[in-house]
Amino acid sequence: MATLHTVNKSPFQNQTLISCLGHVKDGDSVLLMEDGVYGAMTGNAMSEVVAGMGANVKLFVLGADVSARGIDAGRVAEGITSVNYEEFVGMAASCDRVQNWL
Amino acid sequence: MSIVKKFLYVNRKAPYGTIYAQEALEVVLIGAAFDQDVSMAFLDDGVFQLTKGQDTKEAGLKNFSPTFRALGDYEVTKLYVEQESLDERGLTLDDLQDIQWEDEDDDYAEKPSIIVVSRAGMADVMADQDVVLSF
Repeated sequence: MATLHTVNKSPFQNQTLISCLGHVKDGDSVLLMEDGVYGAMTGNAMSEVVAGMGANVKLFVLGADVSARGIDAGRVAEGITSVNYEEFVGMAASCDRVQNWL
Repeated sequence: MSIVKKFLYVNRKAPYGTIYAQEALEVVLIGAAFDQDVSMAFLDDGVFQLTKGQDTKEAGLKNFSPTFRALGDYEVTKLYVEQESLDERGLTLDDLQDIQWEDEDDDYAEKPSIIVVSRAGMADVMADQDVVLSF
């Protein structure tokens, strides 16, 4: 009974990503999209928090939003899987529910 | 014969800075007409929506907080409030409105609608839904 969580705000703007990661269940998926992709980067003040709190979930990032922001793919943290729009739709269709963290 | 699904409306924003809280309440009331199993969740700044004593006259805004006390009449009787979110904001249950619903199966006894849950408990509530709508 897994949930796909989506986060579309930067973790430097508000606490949404932290709140999301505080409510996920083991085996859930979290997709970082739009400004949420900044939460997928290495070498910033949030990197360790995301890695720690996201240890028991599968983390994904929407590749198009990474590219759009000029983030080099090499700056996306290890263990975070990049997906395209088609794969995003597939994830949404195959999970039990989608929870958008606005 | 229709299938009853579990709907959870998630509220994470304070009441007057944005329109989200008021819109959520509108959608809940509309959704209540469809005889589904509806719950509401209040976490993060969303707990501020339920405080008592809101007075918006001087600010020139519509005070929608009394609407929460009418939800029971629409069979919305489960308002989950996260303890950690209250604690972080220096709030206790005493700071929130006393929201009740009448149980017609129990001689119309008045029962509290607010259910305080831990963060882990809130995660369980979320994972138990068919549909989760965020505001």
